[in-house]
Amino acid sequence: MTDATPLSTATATGHKMSARGVNVFYGDKQAIRDVSIDVDMDHVTAFIGPSGCGKSTFLRTLNRMNDTIASARVTGDIMLDGEDIYSSAMDVVQLRARVGMVFQKPNPFPKSIYENVAYGPRIHGLAASKVALDGIVEGSLRRAGLWDEVKDRLSDSGTALSGGQQQRLCIARAIAVDPEVILMDEPCSALDPIATAKIEELIHELRGRYAIVIVTHNMQQAARVSQKTAFFHLGQLVEYGDTDNIFTAPKQERTKDYITGRYG
Amino acid sequence: MNVFALLFVVVGLGLIGWLTARARAVRFDRGGQKRLHSLPSQHGWYVAMWTVLPALLFVAAWTALSPALIRDQVLKAPAAAQLSDFAFERDTILGEARDVALGRADSTFDPTADALVAPMREAIAFYGWTGTAIAILLAFAGGAFAFSRISPAFRARTRVERGLMLILLVASLIAILTTIGIFLSLFWESIRFFAMVPPQDFLFSTHWSPQLIDPNNPGKSLGAVPLFWGTFFIGAVIAMLVAIPFGLMSAIYLTQYAAPRVRAWMKPMLEILAGVPTVVYGYFAALTVAPAVRDLAVHLGMPFASAESALAAGLVMGVMIIPFVSSLADDSIAAVPTAMRDGSLAMGATNSETISRVLLPAALPGVVAGVLLAVSRAIGETMIVVMAASGAANITLNPFESATTVTKQIVDLLTGESEFDSPKTLAAFALGLTLFVITLLLNIVALRVVKKYREAYE
Amino acid sequence: MSKRAAPAPAPERTPTDWKGAAMQKRIRRRYAAERRFKLFGMLAVILSAAFLAFLIATMVANGARGFTRSEVALDLDFPKMGLAVDRTHLSTPGADLALSGAGLQDKVEIAAESGGDHSLAANSAWITVRDAIKADPSILGGKRTIWVPASTALEMGARGEGTAAAQADASRLRSAGKLRTGFNWGFFTASNSNDPVAVGIWGALKGSLLTMLVTFLIAFPVGVLAAIYLEEYAPKNRWTDLIEVSINNLAAVPSIIFGLLGLAVFLGTWQIGGHSFGPLLPRSAAVVGGLTLALMIMPVIVIASRNAIKGVPPSIRDAALGIGASRIQVVFHHVLPLAMPGILTGTIIGMARALGETAPLLLIGMRAFIVTAPQGFTDPATVLPVQIFLWSDEVSRGFVEKTSAAIIVLLVFLLAMNGLAIYLRNKFETRW
Repeated sequence: MTDATPLSTATATGHKMSARGVNVFYGDKQAIRDVSIDVDMDHVTAFIGPSGCGKSTFLRTLNRMNDTIASARVTGDIMLDGEDIYSSAMDVVQLRARVGMVFQKPNPFPKSIYENVAYGPRIHGLAASKVALDGIVEGSLRRAGLWDEVKDRLSDSGTALSGGQQQRLCIARAIAVDPEVILMDEPCSALDPIATAKIEELIHELRGRYAIVIVTHNMQQAARVSQKTAFFHLGQLVEYGDTDNIFTAPKQERTKDYITGRYG
Repeated sequence: MNVFALLFVVVGLGLIGWLTARARAVRFDRGGQKRLHSLPSQHGWYVAMWTVLPALLFVAAWTALSPALIRDQVLKAPAAAQLSDFAFERDTILGEARDVALGRADSTFDPTADALVAPMREAIAFYGWTGTAIAILLAFAGGAFAFSRISPAFRARTRVERGLMLILLVASLIAILTTIGIFLSLFWESIRFFAMVPPQDFLFSTHWSPQLIDPNNPGKSLGAVPLFWGTFFIGAVIAMLVAIPFGLMSAIYLTQYAAPRVRAWMKPMLEILAGVPTVVYGYFAALTVAPAVRDLAVHLGMPFASAESALAAGLVMGVMIIPFVSSLADDSIAAVPTAMRDGSLAMGATNSETISRVLLPAALPGVVAGVLLAVSRAIGETMIVVMAASGAANITLNPFESATTVTKQIVDLLTGESEFDSPKTLAAFALGLTLFVITLLLNIVALRVVKKYREAYE
Repeated sequence: MSKRAAPAPAPERTPTDWKGAAMQKRIRRRYAAERRFKLFGMLAVILSAAFLAFLIATMVANGARGFTRSEVALDLDFPKMGLAVDRTHLSTPGADLALSGAGLQDKVEIAAESGGDHSLAANSAWITVRDAIKADPSILGGKRTIWVPASTALEMGARGEGTAAAQADASRLRSAGKLRTGFNWGFFTASNSNDPVAVGIWGALKGSLLTMLVTFLIAFPVGVLAAIYLEEYAPKNRWTDLIEVSINNLAAVPSIIFGLLGLAVFLGTWQIGGHSFGPLLPRSAAVVGGLTLALMIMPVIVIASRNAIKGVPPSIRDAALGIGASRIQVVFHHVLPLAMPGILTGTIIGMARALGETAPLLLIGMRAFIVTAPQGFTDPATVLPVQIFLWSDEVSRGFVEKTSAAIIVLLVFLLAMNGLAIYLRNKFETRW
């Protein structure tokens, strides 16, 4: 299936995250079939594909958010720095701190802006003092490009912000726990074009520090923000490779059909 | 004639009206000249409505009015001349005569009433048959009028629907009428009470002993503060100390942790707990819990502990409220969008951290409203305190001592044999008014909070 | 693939050491807190369930015996007893009076005491004898053995409890074939009595039945019609808001307030146009109780019915309107039948609440001592919960088990009603 990038265990260990032969079942229904893929630091990896193709489902296996669905079952190996994240030795709480997630719809907690960002560091005990916590909050908000807009109203409710600001707040919240990978599940689908542009800009800036995986239904967006692109269809990974190649010279017929808009 | 029999006859006439009108309308149709605006059965309904409704309205009015007419007629009888002018005494005697005349009692207490039995019986029969005759006449007249109007062109359906709409409107107005009725009846009796007892005595004085009322200064022994305190202490403190943690934690466990199978068994269990009648809780409190609590108190070094402690009543009341708190907390937690929960879990929070730091704060308005409703229900709860709490009005902070509540006193005041106009009886209505106003306020605040909270997530 | 490089360190933060000892310790603490939290939740549920189980077990343990009763065979020699009674009276309604006037009660007691210095038969044994005489006056002509309820002491003895003397009596009588224990049918056919051995719940049960009938006949139509109006036709204005607010508040008004309402409105003294006249309705009657409870549960029915009506999808209304049905026809032909399961569920739950209600009925005087079951809606009556309350106040030991037995009967009724409601809810849950 995945013929774009040659895969071998030797190279797999060098990747930030790598998945091998992953299947996901919801009850009797198989949502993901035999997906193998690598995610690297300093890269933005985009998952594209028609809706219902399983790209979001696969994304949620990367930080075990599928655990919250009782009927979901995952087989295959997913490694984070060479460690199997589904092994009993891996602690799901720590995993999710290291692999952060930003959701489709902005979901700030109904707390103040400050508390939203401070939530992660507090539960994980990342700040030794109030001053350190203030530093983390400020740093995260700055990196999320939100600091200048909210620095005078940190005690306002996070839900009072505009949609785009809420989404950047959620990104700041994810950054605050100092993750290694950030998963973004269609982060701009609920936003207007200006807010979308800001988020894309932010993704560019964040790329240097994290491995970023973004699910998008918008091919232009994938082309703009990502270095690697994976095309999913009917629960399978059809093609994975450098974004430029996927969009200019897809190897698979199905990829070409999708990109040229024949279906999807 | 018996009112029920009369109703039966009227409804029967309505049915006959329906059948004849429909039969006639069917024959219109057979003429085939014109298309009917309405179906035959709708013509039937039109006639039935005109037959039944005026007669029913008359019966209702007559039932309310005829006692006064009967009474006037009886008072005109020669035997009534020797009746006392004092209204209360006169009414009592008339009441006795009526009971005998109706066969509710075998004999009268007062010999003067004996002489009135015959005139009373006569008057009852006279007005009874008059009413019956008028009702049946009205039914016939209404039916005939309606029957004369139906014709192929007659818009029976529109008329019937208009009538039906009116009935619907009246049905929905009954809720308002009940509210007004409650308020007025409580308010009216309370006004009479406060004419005898100064409001400041009732509301702020701390001595309550309705058994020993000084007729010259009834306010001295009708200070309701100990009752208010007891109600608050049992219903809003002790009961809530049980109900809130248990209700909240079981809601959390059942919604967030329990396997579907466990939930499928445990939720009906809580519903059963909610469906147990209060008299059963009261019996259980008095039979089992109260003696245990007293033994505990004796163990703790309180040899004269009351067997009717505030604690026993409050504990059982708390258990009774658990399902109520649980179901309201369940609703409020379920109303928090799953995105919140996912957001927190995706940050690496554990389940309990997610619940206590994100879900509960987000659901807090709903939970608070639920607690307010639970308090309102606890302070209005009657049977548990009637059966397990004491009648002694104490202001105490010791849960092993006895305390009494507003509801218990209402029952005690109204179930003894005493006349209707005494300050003692009327005090029950003043207590009722206080209880009504407080629970109403709690409900209004709670419903408003819930509404605001729902809007926040919609 | 040339872009791969070492992760750029965040300038102002050192990467978190997730494997470090401090972090591991913290994680362990967090998981311990998690387990504790879950345990509290489980405990809350288990303790609630345990309370319910304990309550039911207590009632069953106390009440099971209320359903059995021991009877003792009483040898009566009627001619010797010297009952001065005119036999022609015995088939008339005056029979009861004639027999008690002839001193039947004392004479039966004397006969029952013949075995020892304490009575073996219950105080109410003479009533059994009386009924036997009424059924067949010819028995007065000779000797006859009649099974009568055993006294409380003997009853205890028959169970192996109570005093040693009573136990000895019981075993002596049993071996003589003069004591038998069986199902207490009388509990379901008799009414109230001063003697715990003779009490039954029939009077209260019938009172409950009559009261519930009145409640249903009023609350159901009015509640459903009000719900239809509010959900389908009411204009959105302040009046409608007022109606909604009153319904929501009425649903939360303490039940005892409805008792005060019933007392003041139905049983109070009215002043109209200078005339003052007494109660509209007789005190203690099922019709007053039924009306009062109807007002109480109407909001429950309205709210449930509105939800059920709201649950019918608008597409069904559109379809009916589209083929030319009037708005009334749409509701009565299409919406109402589809909403009926939900409406019935709500109604059953409301009726169950009314059936278990006590406080308001105490205030309107439905606590009468009912020896014969009420014959109509205006007869003095009591209801099952009030009967339980009245028995619970009795000091006699025998009443404890009768109270618990009555509670079991009440709980069975309520469970059946709630079970039916849950069944309806599950069976008819959303067919679209």
